[in-house]
Amino acid sequence: MITSLLGILFDGFAYGMLLFLLSVGLSVTLGMMNFVNLAHCSLAMVGGYIAVTLMNRAGWPFFATLPMAFLGAAAVSIVLERLLYRPLYRATDLDQSLLTIGIVFVSIATAAYIYGTAQLPVQLPDYLRGSYQVFGRNFGVYRLFLIGFSLVISIVLVSTLEYTRFGAQVRAAVDNQRMARGLGIDVNGVFAITFALGGGLAGLGGALAIDIVGLDPSFAFAYLVYVLIVVSVGGLGSIGGTFVAAMLLGISDSAGKYYFPQVGAFLIYLVMIAILMWRPAGLFGKR
Amino acid sequence: MAVMSSAVTNPHQFLQAQNRWHWIEVAFWLATLLPFVLTPSYLSLASQIAITALFALSLDLILGYAGIVSLGHAAFFGFGAYTAGLISKWGWGEPLSGLLIAAFSAAVLGYLMSFIIARFRHLTLIMMTLGLGLLLFEVANKASWLTGGADGLQGVHMWPLLGMFRFDLYGYTAYTYALIVLFLLFLLSRRLTNSPFGLALRGIRENLTRMRAIGATSRSHIRTVYTISAAIAGVAGGLLTQTTETVSLGVVDFQRSADVLVILVLGGAGRLYGGLIGAIIFMVARDQFSGINPQYWYFPIGVLLIAVVMFLPNGILGGLARLVASWRSRSQ
Repeated sequence: MITSLLGILFDGFAYGMLLFLLSVGLSVTLGMMNFVNLAHCSLAMVGGYIAVTLMNRAGWPFFATLPMAFLGAAAVSIVLERLLYRPLYRATDLDQSLLTIGIVFVSIATAAYIYGTAQLPVQLPDYLRGSYQVFGRNFGVYRLFLIGFSLVISIVLVSTLEYTRFGAQVRAAVDNQRMARGLGIDVNGVFAITFALGGGLAGLGGALAIDIVGLDPSFAFAYLVYVLIVVSVGGLGSIGGTFVAAMLLGISDSAGKYYFPQVGAFLIYLVMIAILMWRPAGLFGKR
Repeated sequence: MAVMSSAVTNPHQFLQAQNRWHWIEVAFWLATLLPFVLTPSYLSLASQIAITALFALSLDLILGYAGIVSLGHAAFFGFGAYTAGLISKWGWGEPLSGLLIAAFSAAVLGYLMSFIIARFRHLTLIMMTLGLGLLLFEVANKASWLTGGADGLQGVHMWPLLGMFRFDLYGYTAYTYALIVLFLLFLLSRRLTNSPFGLALRGIRENLTRMRAIGATSRSHIRTVYTISAAIAGVAGGLLTQTTETVSLGVVDFQRSADVLVILVLGGAGRLYGGLIGAIIFMVARDQFSGINPQYWYFPIGVLLIAVVMFLPNGILGGLARLVASWRSRSQ
């Protein structure tokens, strides 16, 4: 009983870390510009496909592909932001949702055209495979690595936002965009950089996710729902909230799959609706 | 978004002017009869288009008029579809009463959900509609003893319409049936949106705070229109079940919610005909493209969506209206 609980917590924690990487960028950009970017998971998919292509076709080592996944997704998000998002900052939620759903559609079709619709396999290096046996339970090496790696990234992210000038500008823009503009902060510029960072993190998350959840063109839609749940439950623009919500979702998802396999995702949607009924702005949201 | 001309200041005059039938509308409805003569081999597709148009019409009532963005409207479509299917499976295959029951059950579901919906705006609202839609999908998926789950509902059999017209292979009855239901519910929606209630909804869409400031109720209006919209979506779902005699999980999935949103926005939200035009274009295009390469179907739709949002903010009908307006002002 205890060991199975430990296993669930471990798996859920690893999954939650992944969700955190995937959604933190969306949370910050949504909080800052109120831009409903439903194409966020398409960026994660871009990262995933970059990693797979470099590994399977060019024979790169796994760790070398991760920075490329980050940079590639960040580059794509800069292009998207400049070309398509900028004219729509003041548009309605509906227009923003539709535009970004359109981008998701295009990305799915493009991925299907280039890579086919089957799930792509990845070859992890040997030292990331296998598992340790503790208390009669298996702890996958890759999941351990995932937790450690994501923790490092999160610490870097949080300290950047807390202790640097750029981070202060981001926080100011999230708290009160008009006031930040009034103080001479180039909110659009800060937003563009944040957007690229968030997209890059999503790309990184996409690359790291392949071994856990697989990669096929439907990724952009399938994980969008999870990311949106994390963002709305955590509260827009709140990094701590996003972290808590991601852990909550990751752990309850793996617990649900273990204890009530017949209920499926039902529980998660129910919890999300209940939390939003209780706190419409999310657990840690201000608005 | 309907432009209120500055010449009309009296709201009664405005509503009366809106209520008058334009010759283009008459021509449009006459043109819906053309498939019987011109493309008799495509009548099943035509009935699918009519059903999709009805579904888009139901979304237009809440999105185009009350400004409620829904990413889960397939919940009501699917609820109506499963209700109609189950009634028939349990031995009552009479279409008209089955359709009424489907409408009623979807309306009840919509009324219950409207208490949640009316409380929220913006992203939380989108997440709520999405969450409720996904919830219903999971229920339909997991309750396979009732719905057949991923295999679909088997054993749906419809009796002849009015005891006289069998649902034939060519879709002759199906299209006639779907078209008549679409027309009747369109008349209802048209009357509804051109009433003081419709004006109040537009007020809610444009500025909720000001509506409250002038003492108008907003939540009860939202609840009412949401229930009506759910009922119409349920009718559309019931029609699909009755004309195809199967129910698959696809009636309630996210894809259907997204598709109907695309259709409505493509045609132009907030003008009733937008959903109808969008449904014709979308369904005909899908029929054509799917013959070539089904899995790339997303690409043109995605590009179209991006283009509509960037260049045609009010959809095809909005663009046409602007064109006509500029042409008129030039000729004067």
